[in-house]
Amino acid sequence: MAAGATYESIATTTLSSTASSVTLSSIPSTYTDLRLVATYGSNTTGTLSYIRFNGDTGVNYSFTYLVGNGSAASSSRNTDVAQIGGVVNSFGSSSIPSMAQYDIMSYAGSTYKTVLTQGSNDINGSGSVERGVGLWRNTAAINSITIFDVNSRLYKIGSTFTLWGIKAA
Amino acid sequence: MAVSRVQTSSILQGFPKSRSLLAGNTAFMPSSYQSIQTVTVGSGGASSVTFSSIPSTYNHLQIRVLSLGTTVTDGVLMEFNGDTASNYYTHYLRGNGSAASATSNASTQYPIWTVGASASPTASVIDILDYANTNKYKTTRSLTGYDANGTGNIYLISGLWQSTAAISSIKLTCSLSQYSTFALYGIKG
Repeated sequence: MAAGATYESIATTTLSSTASSVTLSSIPSTYTDLRLVATYGSNTTGTLSYIRFNGDTGVNYSFTYLVGNGSAASSSRNTDVAQIGGVVNSFGSSSIPSMAQYDIMSYAGSTYKTVLTQGSNDINGSGSVERGVGLWRNTAAINSITIFDVNSRLYKIGSTFTLWGIKAA
Repeated sequence: MAVSRVQTSSILQGFPKSRSLLAGNTAFMPSSYQSIQTVTVGSGGASSVTFSSIPSTYNHLQIRVLSLGTTVTDGVLMEFNGDTASNYYTHYLRGNGSAASATSNASTQYPIWTVGASASPTASVIDILDYANTNKYKTTRSLTGYDANGTGNIYLISGLWQSTAAISSIKLTCSLSQYSTFALYGIKG
């Protein structure tokens, strides 16, 4: 049974100025899965985290999610939308980052693309934890990922976005 | 608005590449996350996938899955070391797009997930902790789900295999369609 190194950092971006989006491009097709991890603070209240692939701004995405807000658990769904995600809410604290993680499975395969999402944010009195699954109805290999907020709120300086490639044997 | 872009030239920067182990070159350090085995279902489909002869040299295992089934209601069941006795217990939290729910299950196998339809693959990441430790029962954690643009489920599952045996084989049973992929990884501490 073969074994080999398999989990590699493809790219890391740390913001030196505020930004409403970050794009990771020229992603090679040589891995099996991708993992995008973002830790970000908000320059304003309520910055969220959404992703799009290959610059597709059409309503080719959908998203089912589960969320706990500290007092109740709930679930909801977005259909025929222009992005995946958007639940994690950075409550505007300059020192308490939110975390979002996206596992993009078989990103270069020939099926529609399924994404597992995780979001976390706690500011000692409010916050949320989310788990979700998204679908991009496109069979193209993913070569770029844009993470952004639909309302153009800003990610603060020091926010980091890391893309990992995971390669199966 | 500032936008950061990462170009091809920046990919893999900082990773030492050694063509030789001669003095003066950076020593090669094997990764602690290694691919053990991958199974991709062919055109004829499959009723199960088995990982066997799993080495005991890692601390934890991870299975990463993209699965498609013949019908959306099919569920994948997982068993260890051929054990089909009532030694498996799970708890899960589920979101179906309109409500959150929780339940538990005691069974002869792990119920892992509902397989999505062919156009909406199910994605799963399953962590099996301390799989080779013969002083502990085995604990698993799974995040799994599918979305079909109007239907779908997201599950967060914890599981117990009530056995102290080191896991040497894993069998996943379901009606699986072509392109379903199961990848087993070992994680060293």
